[in-house]
Amino acid sequence: MSYTPHTTAQRQEMLRAIGVEEVADLFADVPADHRFPTLELPPPLSEMEVLAELRELASWNAAAHEYTSFLGAGAYFHYVPSVVAAIVGRSEFYSAYTPYQAEISQGTLQVAFEYQSMICALTGMEVANASHYDGGTALAESVIMAHNIARGKRSRVLLSPTVHPEYREVARTYLQGTGIDLLGDALPSNDLEELAGQLDKNTSCLVVQSPTFLGEVLDPQRLRQLAEAVHAVGAVLVVAVDPISLGLFVPPGEIGADIVLGEGQALGNAMNFGGPFLGFFACRKAHVRRMAGRLAGQTVDVDGQRGFVLTLSTREQHIRREKASSNICTNQALNALTAAVYLAALGRCGLRRVAEICYHRAHYAAQQIGKLRGFEVLSPRPFFKEFVVRCPLAVAELNERLLEQHAIIGGFDLSATHPHLKDCTLLCVTEAIAPSEIDRFVQALAEVAR
Amino acid sequence: MAQNSENMRYAKSHEWARLEGETIVVGISDYAQESLGDIVYVELPEVDEEYDQGEAFGVVESVKATSDIYAPVGGTVLEVNEALGDDPAVVNQDPYGEGWIVRFQMHDPTQYEGLLDEAAYDEHVQEEKAKGGH
Amino acid sequence: MSEPLLSEISVPGRCGYSLPEAGVPEAEFPAGFVRQDLPLPEVSESDLVRHYVHLSQVNWAVDVGFYPLGSCTMKYNPKVNEVAAAMPGFTQTHPYQPVYTVQGNLRLMWTLQEFLKELGGFAAISLQPAAGAQGEFTGIQMMRAYHYERDDRDRNIVLIPDSAHGTNPATSAMSGFRVVEVKSDARGNVDLEDLRSKCDERVVGLMLTNPNTLGLFDEYVLEIAELVHGCGGLLYGDGANFNAIMGIVRPGDLGIDVMHFNLHKTFSTPHGGGGPGSGPVGCTEALARYLPSPIVERFRADECPGDVEGHRHTEECFFFDWSTPACSIGRVKTFYGQFGVLVRAYTYIRTLGAAGLREVSEDAVLNANYLQQLVKKTFSLSHDRHCMHEFVAIGRVEGSDVRALDIAKRIIDYGFHPPTNYFPLIVPEALMIEPTETESKETLDAFAAALAKIAEEARTQPELLHEAPHNAPVRRLDEVKAAKELILRWEN
Repeated sequence: MSYTPHTTAQRQEMLRAIGVEEVADLFADVPADHRFPTLELPPPLSEMEVLAELRELASWNAAAHEYTSFLGAGAYFHYVPSVVAAIVGRSEFYSAYTPYQAEISQGTLQVAFEYQSMICALTGMEVANASHYDGGTALAESVIMAHNIARGKRSRVLLSPTVHPEYREVARTYLQGTGIDLLGDALPSNDLEELAGQLDKNTSCLVVQSPTFLGEVLDPQRLRQLAEAVHAVGAVLVVAVDPISLGLFVPPGEIGADIVLGEGQALGNAMNFGGPFLGFFACRKAHVRRMAGRLAGQTVDVDGQRGFVLTLSTREQHIRREKASSNICTNQALNALTAAVYLAALGRCGLRRVAEICYHRAHYAAQQIGKLRGFEVLSPRPFFKEFVVRCPLAVAELNERLLEQHAIIGGFDLSATHPHLKDCTLLCVTEAIAPSEIDRFVQALAEVAR
Repeated sequence: MAQNSENMRYAKSHEWARLEGETIVVGISDYAQESLGDIVYVELPEVDEEYDQGEAFGVVESVKATSDIYAPVGGTVLEVNEALGDDPAVVNQDPYGEGWIVRFQMHDPTQYEGLLDEAAYDEHVQEEKAKGGH
Repeated sequence: MSEPLLSEISVPGRCGYSLPEAGVPEAEFPAGFVRQDLPLPEVSESDLVRHYVHLSQVNWAVDVGFYPLGSCTMKYNPKVNEVAAAMPGFTQTHPYQPVYTVQGNLRLMWTLQEFLKELGGFAAISLQPAAGAQGEFTGIQMMRAYHYERDDRDRNIVLIPDSAHGTNPATSAMSGFRVVEVKSDARGNVDLEDLRSKCDERVVGLMLTNPNTLGLFDEYVLEIAELVHGCGGLLYGDGANFNAIMGIVRPGDLGIDVMHFNLHKTFSTPHGGGGPGSGPVGCTEALARYLPSPIVERFRADECPGDVEGHRHTEECFFFDWSTPACSIGRVKTFYGQFGVLVRAYTYIRTLGAAGLREVSEDAVLNANYLQQLVKKTFSLSHDRHCMHEFVAIGRVEGSDVRALDIAKRIIDYGFHPPTNYFPLIVPEALMIEPTETESKETLDAFAAALAKIAEEARTQPELLHEAPHNAPVRRLDEVKAAKELILRWEN
């Protein structure tokens, strides 16, 4: 299949207009010794054949639509309303570019403006950008932003060990060569109060996550006190959140957070084996000029009609170049559209319902599993949709049996990331898991543990 | 058009400095404001902060560019023009008067003498324009 | 008539969702944890759909018309790619599933790794970076790691041509390096003398885009590589313009040490209104140890570890190799990369094959040169030499005060998306035009004809340009007001 429309005759005509004999003549500047290499690639396939090949590959996977999955840990299987695909599949959205020519990109721009608005509503913050790549890079950008807020004069960052391990890894990669020290997460027992005790005037920010990686929802009262302690030393509080949990719980904007970020995949985006995801990012209006990423702003045209444009672009790489707050160019616009449609479809009551169902079903599952011999639920209440269970056998072995014998994908093996949590699994129950499936899971656990 | 004044000097980076006793008042030149276009925001330093000659002490932002502003002479910030918070456009309208940005206490007044006088600055601007500046 | 905001069509009590009952005993919510209100819109499903359909109708897109943005490669997005990427066997897989339950995904990734290495002439590759800019960051960090391991820790300068995309200096600065600009010569190449004078033992490397943003293949690319390597530096390749050279030349063969690909440009994955993209990074054997980990590795049947063995589908098995990048710079992103985008790129490469990809580049270059010949009758070119997949024209009309911005806005009235303007910075009033290979000769002729008419209007009726666009969903927008008033969300 060729997507180029030229006929041989047209190619000839065009070559004549250019004044060359053949296309190869146009590559005269390419060093002769290296020109026109032979590429070892498999021969082309027709549509039927390529789809057959991909279907075959897809069939080798165990996927959540055919198995029941209790795996979370940063990527989630939530129900996506049908309306989302109907809208996101419109090629006027997906085959558009970044809205630099605002007059003919009002679709993309208004979508971004509405997305920003809904992220603000969800997080309780004043401004939000139009997206980062994922939760991990959003976290890295938040630390860099906190550093810039402190005008580069503070070199310490306090990081809770309960922030997703991969987010902390990404932050470390981004901070190489900057002289900023990330501290606090080496000790898994470091809790909020202990971290607060380590604050000083050389700290630019303190980063926490709620629900934590292990599923615990942090007490808003404790967070308020933490915010006070952080502000008392002139630092900023950064909070990473699960957006679905904000359907139910007090948002970080109401407890004094300065920057709020998180993984937006759960908002209507499929798990897609880890990407493309959605880093959402919000902050106080006072800091907006230090925030990286695109921003859609409201304005009017020459006739006074309301319209939207990319604004504060002078922060960005294409103008500020080496002085830009970040190098981010391409973002996750289509995933942000997806999240916007999801949030609008569920709306005020629907998102609350989703969060409630997750909460109730997860607590039901924990209660039932807690009754099983050999299994112990380790999560202190309160948790949201994930909790930790100590198992009577190694999690890898448990999960293999669950898969083979019951077509169930088990939870996250915590021994990989938390050595002190040997034989512990992190289980996730969302509104997409039917109660009967929970019961089946509990029975399956009992069977495979025998 | 440059300010016609005995006590005015300019930096190559397009800041002006007006001598007032031991202090200098600093802003950006007419050429600078015109190049930037409509100014939408000025980031001001804090009073009592210290800057070396040539160090960036603030930022001027328009829709098409964001420019650092550099201390023409090393000094301590005595005063900042808070009015620019509400109306940054005054930098475009009156760059040498109401559009002043910061007042510095100079650490080394001899640095002021080393700055460009009006004639030398005008020549510098002509050179930049010839090179293809806006 | 502008489309109302969701907040403006929201009515309290309206409901557009469908959810089951919890179906389990309800657990108590912890006191003080529950939020008072959640100010999200309340709209019916039909209102929601109409709202977004209306918004889609005021959006330009490749599927609407010609989109000649330089260096963006706005080519047609094949629909078969969308069908492939939507298969639930792919979309419903979780990144932390045991490796033996995602052999399909891993095989796809491994094969794509091989394809990209072959196309670029590289020994190793990572599919992890989420976009070109992140690929650049990855490459620069790898270069730092390379010098560090050699105890060469005083190198802190990155050389960047003055024609470079803004992400290049931004990436270098965020990595803690100083940027030194290298001039372009009169023919648009990197000025070798300038480069020679700036190459020294403080240089980490040079970031080279080739073809560059002027659309020109550097006539001295081999000399550049020699100079940079000669002073101990490395050569980074910005692969944004790879669409011009598939099957024509392999950057790895020219001395590029590490390069990012832009799958959303060259490999036809949709731009999405600004993303998601994908920026895999290929490199030489010497740099492979610094790649972000994990890489996908393939094993023969007799080497497959026990837990995978029972789930083999062919004579091979695949998994994540954490050890090959022995000195990995670390993760640049969570999980493994933009998998959904990788599926589309894989499908594209399988659809075209080697000959098809070469034809893509040939036609991209053919189209650009043909259009260049037409456009130069109206606007002068930045460089009058054969271009690659794009070229730069100067947006000025003799006898008129119109500028590139006005010309761009008037192009909208003629039913085309404007080219990139004001970039590259080294050409004043630049119009950077990249037609791509999926545009027909008729479209190119029509575009050139429109430009000619616009130039005529510039002379006779310049206000048509100054006040353009006239036929767009909104007229020219006040960017100053937007930046001053900073309304970044709706009123609750």
